[in-house]
Amino acid sequence: MLKNITIGQYFPGKTIIHKLDPRIKILITLLFIFSLFFIDSFTPYLFVVAFILTSVGLSKVPLKFILKGLKPLLIIIMITFLINAILTPGEVLYRLGPVKITIEGLRQATFMALRLIFLIVGTSLLTLTTSPISLTDGIEKLLNPFKRIGLPAHELAMMMTIALRFIPTLLEETDKIMKAQMARGADFESGNIMNRAKSLVPLLVPLFISAFRRADELAMAMEARCYRGGDNRTRMKELSLEIRDYLALGISFVLLGIIILFRYFI
Amino acid sequence: MKIKIEGLNHIYNPGNPFEIKALDDVNLEIDKGEFVGLIGHTGSGKSTLIQHLNGLLKATSGKIFIGDTEITKKDVKLKSVRQKVGLVFQYPEHQLFEETVYKDIAFGPKNLGLSEEEVDKRIKESMELVGLNFTEVKDRSPFELSGGQRRRVAIAGVLAMKPDILILDEPTAGLDPKGRDEILGQIKHLYDKYNITIILVSHSMEDIAKLVNRLIVMHKGKVNMEGNPRDIFKRVDELERIGLGIPQITYLMRELRNRGKDVKDDVLTVDEAKIELLKYLRSNDNA
Repeated sequence: MLKNITIGQYFPGKTIIHKLDPRIKILITLLFIFSLFFIDSFTPYLFVVAFILTSVGLSKVPLKFILKGLKPLLIIIMITFLINAILTPGEVLYRLGPVKITIEGLRQATFMALRLIFLIVGTSLLTLTTSPISLTDGIEKLLNPFKRIGLPAHELAMMMTIALRFIPTLLEETDKIMKAQMARGADFESGNIMNRAKSLVPLLVPLFISAFRRADELAMAMEARCYRGGDNRTRMKELSLEIRDYLALGISFVLLGIIILFRYFI
Repeated sequence: MKIKIEGLNHIYNPGNPFEIKALDDVNLEIDKGEFVGLIGHTGSGKSTLIQHLNGLLKATSGKIFIGDTEITKKDVKLKSVRQKVGLVFQYPEHQLFEETVYKDIAFGPKNLGLSEEEVDKRIKESMELVGLNFTEVKDRSPFELSGGQRRRVAIAGVLAMKPDILILDEPTAGLDPKGRDEILGQIKHLYDKYNITIILVSHSMEDIAKLVNRLIVMHKGKVNMEGNPRDIFKRVDELERIGLGIPQITYLMRELRNRGKDVKDDVLTVDEAKIELLKYLRSNDNA
């Protein structure tokens, strides 16, 4: 149940996409999101599809794996589709009581659903090909310029690293406690909503206790090793930009360019 | 109740790069009233195996019978399986959640739908079994008890379900020597008194050697050796190759024998060794 959310799940590999500098990958993802919201017709989607398919192909992450990440968000996509199909005014295609589906609505619905799908696939490709550690590294470096206006970039990055680091640990812990309670006859899967909510108490109480215990232990361990954030910290792996990074960034700008071209000139 | 495992396989994350074959064609039979030690290195598949025995994990392929019920079938009632097969996890104190010890131990029996009186009776019994004083401890919060006491509360919580088969996963992990001896002593007492089937999972030969009447050694998801502890300990070289050892005292006696002293080398406890050594010293004129 908890295992099919792809966002935040790293798919290890050694492809060119994996090797791109995390800063560049974050920037490209931002550019990609930006481009998506510039699109107002179907034709530019062809370029987006080409861009995504090329990236996925290069990253060697199985397409099935990426599509699996869409599953938990399917409901949101479907709701978006329905709302758009029903609420857009225009030429009526089908009518059921007060509800009417219009041609413009269908078009708009497909358009929005596609945008959401591309958005999810594009962003999950970032987290699939970048390990959480290098991802936060990239974020820290990107936020560095804002330090001058008082943004605690290092602390933010450290908090993110720790949070990401503990997601699998907490999932494992949840699984373990769930099993331990199931071994004592607990039932998490049946009953009405009230009963189900109640049945979560034996899971949540131990989970919170262990999360606090872990936080405490981690803080102690960091303190014991004289951790002081930010200034004067050196790192084992310095990030450096290569030709491929500039190339990838260039391609993304071209994509954005094409899309802007479509929007305003074609 | 007899346990029978036929051709059991389990694969974690099938079809993705993290795929791991945790159990590889395991075949086992454990008779009613046996006290079995399941031993193996970290990652040898012992925890995976025991989670199959009460249906917490589903087998990739293979069959498991508990008594006459095939629990690997789809329509099996898992709740009744879990009543029959009690499983105490590693660090079971991490599962405690209620405000009082009493309520926490009551969780299992209540889930079985027993009456208040029956639940009350079982709590008293199981607390006594693990050496907790009912009147003193029952109204305290489990979180203010010591580590060893908390573990006992957790074990009592499983015992209160009156399982026919009790499985304990590393029940002594993280306890001091005194706590360890007490817990092991209580498990032994439980076995002697009720003669239920007990499976004790551990990676410490010292703990297991003197308690169990059969040892199952697991390695890389397979059953590597099985038999009586004395016979298993004779195969020291094989055990060391898979990262396990034998009790210190058994090493000592083997070494003495290798140096030409006429002593038995299959002793398991210090007491046995003492008798054996005294016998040797008296019989010869070496003293």
